[in-house]
Amino acid sequence: MKPFLAIIRRDLAIAFRTGGGGALGVAFFVIAATLVPFGVGPVPELLARIAPGMLWIAALLACLLTLDRLFQADVEDGSMDVLALAPLPLELVVLGKCIAHWLTTGLPLLLAAPVMALTLGLPEGAYPAMIASLALGTPALSVIGAIGAALTAGMRRGGVLTAVLVLPLYVPTLILGALAVNASAMNLPAAPYLMLSGAITLAALPLAPFVAAAGLRLAIR
Amino acid sequence: MPLIAENLRVTRGYRTVFTGLGFAVPEGGALILAGANGAGKSTLLRILAGLLPVEEGEVRLGGVSLRRDRGDFVDRVLHTGHLDALKPAFTAWETLAFQADLYGASRGRIEGALKALDLAFLADQPVRVLSAGQKRRLGLARLALVERPLWLLDEPTVSLDARSAARVAQMARDHCAGGGMVVAATHIDLGIEGAAKLDPATFAPEEGVTVGSRDDAVLEGEAW
Repeated sequence: MKPFLAIIRRDLAIAFRTGGGGALGVAFFVIAATLVPFGVGPVPELLARIAPGMLWIAALLACLLTLDRLFQADVEDGSMDVLALAPLPLELVVLGKCIAHWLTTGLPLLLAAPVMALTLGLPEGAYPAMIASLALGTPALSVIGAIGAALTAGMRRGGVLTAVLVLPLYVPTLILGALAVNASAMNLPAAPYLMLSGAITLAALPLAPFVAAAGLRLAIR
Repeated sequence: MPLIAENLRVTRGYRTVFTGLGFAVPEGGALILAGANGAGKSTLLRILAGLLPVEEGEVRLGGVSLRRDRGDFVDRVLHTGHLDALKPAFTAWETLAFQADLYGASRGRIEGALKALDLAFLADQPVRVLSAGQKRRLGLARLALVERPLWLLDEPTVSLDARSAARVAQMARDHCAGGGMVVAATHIDLGIEGAAKLDPATFAPEEGVTVGSRDDAVLEGEAW
């Protein structure tokens, strides 16, 4: 347990000292969501209608933005060798790094989302469903994204490839997350979509680290 | 627990780097990997560390097989590579504190590890301001921090001044004197008594398989 916690602490410290913690991802999220009214025009009914989808797409891209350095920096400076030889399985190393990634990306998005929902005019009743859908869905974004990040960890410019690999895998989470908020905005029950979204997260949490670890083993060869 | 490698074959890309490589390092012994660039020194060290898969052949450390029990094997090994595995944002002390937690070593050993590599006065300095030689020393401090019987050192003295290189050589000698083993790719003389030399590229199996043994008797009865 101690090595596992040490990895989370370390990645959090690195994120706060060199990347401004979650600030960068949140800033991107805010800007991306703010661009929507500029693009579609100031039509409150239209914005309120597309708000759930736009919020989720912005969250997804903000998560993606911070993914490509998840393992790459450690592979480049040799830290991944030290991590791979530590007395805990590489799968747990991956999971620890994903938890740190979520704490610095997913969690700040949860806090910033209500502000952006207000900007886009999301109906008030849909706020709880929006927070719940992001809370249940974003952990899946971190661990599924780790697969793409691991596969491109040994590449110089892996960022775009990471996006191409990972975005299709984000589709179920995106659909269910946006559906939950949409349903709630129309006074329909959001619970079925939230449960399905949670199910994806629960399946991805134990499985994705195995895939990502296999990718990392190739990256450090 | 002697280190025994037999019949190792390694290909990088489509090129066979070496084949049929075997050696034995007894407790307290050392093996110096010599040879030109591209001879397979780093590759061999990464295989012994469990970072590269064993394509063919077998490596055993005191009866623990690298192929079958990679986890157990790796827990007895410490590898330092070309890269120092340092994060610019951390101080020297924080770097070792993380490694201590990660490898299950006591944080009480950090002070001693920094002293062993003459880094105590830099403990609170961020890695970003260290010189190349100081970074290298901090990268090597793991050797003094974590206790493992087998050291795998890849060019440990690169970018070190003469005094620091001598310090590292002394650490390697002390490690061997304490019953540890060292396999090192290095161009300087670490001064380990009875250390054998091996060039993976020119190794010929028919010349005999036992190299790197200070005391051949230790190996008697070991199946090749």
